[in-house]
Amino acid sequence: MAPQESAPSAAEAESGFSRRTVLKGIGFGAAGIAAAPVLAACTGGSKPSSGGGSGGAVSKSVTVGSGSSDDVPKRAYQAVFDAFKAQSGDTVKVNTVPHNDFQNNINSYLQGSPDDVFTWFAGYRMRYYASKSLVAPIDDVWDSIGSNFSDALKQASTGDDGKKYFVPNYNYPWGYFYRKSLWASKGYQVPKTFDELKTLCAQMKKDGLIPIGFADKDGWPAMGTFDYINMRTNGYQFHVDLCAHKESWDQQKVKDVFDNWKALLPYQDPSALGATWQEAAQNLGKQKTGMYLLGSFVTQQFTDKKVLADIDFFAFPAMAVEGQDSVEAPIDGLMLTKKAANNQAAKDLLKFMGSGKGQDAYASIDTSNLQTAKDADTSKFNALNKKSADIIANAKHISQFFDRDALPAMANNVMIPALQKFIKDGSIDTKNLEAQAKSLYAAQ
Amino acid sequence: MSDLPLVGLPADTRPKRTVTASAGKSRKVRRLNGRDKLVLGFMVGIPTLIQAVFIWIPMLLSVALSFTRWNGLALSDIKSNGLQNYKFVVQDYPPFWPAVQHNIIWLAFLALVATPIGLLLAVLLDQKIKGSRIYQSIFFTPVMLSLVLVGIIWQLMYEKDNGLINNLLRTANTPHAIDWYGNSSINLWAALVAATWRHAGYIMVLYLAGLKGVDPSLKEAAAIDGATASQTFFRVVFPAMRPINIVVVVITIIEALRAFDIVYIINRGTNGLELISALIVQNLVGEGQVIGVGSALSVMLLVISLVPITIYLVRTFKKVD
Repeated sequence: MAPQESAPSAAEAESGFSRRTVLKGIGFGAAGIAAAPVLAACTGGSKPSSGGGSGGAVSKSVTVGSGSSDDVPKRAYQAVFDAFKAQSGDTVKVNTVPHNDFQNNINSYLQGSPDDVFTWFAGYRMRYYASKSLVAPIDDVWDSIGSNFSDALKQASTGDDGKKYFVPNYNYPWGYFYRKSLWASKGYQVPKTFDELKTLCAQMKKDGLIPIGFADKDGWPAMGTFDYINMRTNGYQFHVDLCAHKESWDQQKVKDVFDNWKALLPYQDPSALGATWQEAAQNLGKQKTGMYLLGSFVTQQFTDKKVLADIDFFAFPAMAVEGQDSVEAPIDGLMLTKKAANNQAAKDLLKFMGSGKGQDAYASIDTSNLQTAKDADTSKFNALNKKSADIIANAKHISQFFDRDALPAMANNVMIPALQKFIKDGSIDTKNLEAQAKSLYAAQ
Repeated sequence: MSDLPLVGLPADTRPKRTVTASAGKSRKVRRLNGRDKLVLGFMVGIPTLIQAVFIWIPMLLSVALSFTRWNGLALSDIKSNGLQNYKFVVQDYPPFWPAVQHNIIWLAFLALVATPIGLLLAVLLDQKIKGSRIYQSIFFTPVMLSLVLVGIIWQLMYEKDNGLINNLLRTANTPHAIDWYGNSSINLWAALVAATWRHAGYIMVLYLAGLKGVDPSLKEAAAIDGATASQTFFRVVFPAMRPINIVVVVITIIEALRAFDIVYIINRGTNGLELISALIVQNLVGEGQVIGVGSALSVMLLVISLVPITIYLVRTFKKVD
């Protein structure tokens, strides 16, 4: 039944793979387990249909495949398409698919008869399909929207071949969230360094709090902590290279990450492995925990306005290198499928998404995320949004999230069990991680 | 022949019916004409085709894929990988051995706890107690419930701070609250209790049918010979239900091998709840797809499953001969 099914859109990416619909699982479980790989195989054979469909320069219609199936993002995207329609006169047809299904079926979707435009994520997940030529490059779109985005965003939209494949819509930062009133009453100060963080945790423990809220029943949330400690210990480039398996897992640098993390383990919520992030968010709201590292979508859990106004966050403290230069801020946006490579209406829609006007239409409904275009209207931002935007704007490097920057199988099949074991008993077998990584990356 | 509960029908009714039926067309059997052949061909061919398309061909392809490396995209990307996938699973894949162990525990628990409970329920409800039908329905309900509901029901029981069990134990919201799903040394047992809840109802229905089929005169004869109630049951009634017993053994083994749904609902088969079937799904469905490894796991499970299936079929066909 997956109680975590109600996760908001912003969490889709991280939680997506880990929240596969139960039905799907059951279907495969029931349908002769041995037959399952071939069901996947069936879809593998079909070649991408080239050029056909709604191609042609004169097209005035565009279809969109959307994985934003939750209520708020669904309405938000509809607002974008309505605004686009009003501006251009082109018709937009949306096919919304439950987000877990959308992500799980993306291989067969892109190879079958996809829509012209589809919702997707920056990072390895984008570059992978670009390198397999399942999506179309959109450099001509970027010629007109390029000036509207920072270099970090441009970099995040670029495939391995140097062409652009992705138009960002919004992003959101990860950080330590806390309740201002609690911290004020106890006199806690925002820690700037890792040592200060440890001291603060010790103090909180003394005060009867669980210092760090933590929830990893779903497996993916712990990757946020791993990413930050890795980037603060070894730098942004190491994170990227490790995720792409250009660096070995079986080396001292990786061991250092876990050694550093070990110092935090005694302060983490001991019931993490049985809790979802929603439950951990509730504990933060109830002031049972002192702080909680998560994406800013955590605020969607605080329905009480008073509590929501009392929430603030700080960037992950500095450790060994690069200070607080790197911020984890996953980007969601749109991509163009192979078959729509010549569909002008589809490209116009992507241009619109890359404009402040298009992104504002989205943000008018979904306020938990931040527009990425420079000319977007930020006057409606609340204090938390402003701070989020500042942190992202001042970041030298923007990482996605482990499961977006790395091979999905690595994140899903290797890291989840490994991190859960680490959280449980503080042990990690980097040699085994490397052995698994070698095998999985070779299969791509 | 059939091992299904039908077997318990009074033995003399069926031959009689056959006699009357064949008496009607005592004429010499004509050779099949073209239409008959066509009809027969369809009747045999279509199920065979369905069987082949949905079971045999995919199975053989899975076996083939288990020796390859493939990203699931173009067919030209399939690369031979020898026995590497099997080696990977056995040597490098940490969840594999725990999964095997958990499947064995699962089988032992179903066989030694859940199935006897089902038998016990059946024996109790077979007595002419008041409201027997109602109890039967209650115990059978879990078998019919959708998995989504099963998940919700057990979540309500097991939740750490809001769950029924911890509230009854008065440990909810305290540091002593038992983390039924999160603690990897107990979550398997929590899942097994939920599995028993379903399995016992299933077994109960099978045995109820079986008990109804046992000739009452057997019991009377035993009683006349001075057997106690338990002697009557274990020496007379239970052996008389042999066909049902075989079905139950097979069902229990199959349930243990394909156990999947409950752990998948809890945490998708991680952190102490690894099962082979859950690993297969993790490796084959969705973005984390590693087709070679997933296929290798499925082939392993297939081979394990073939053992009880073969034994069952051999026994069944022996009897026919």
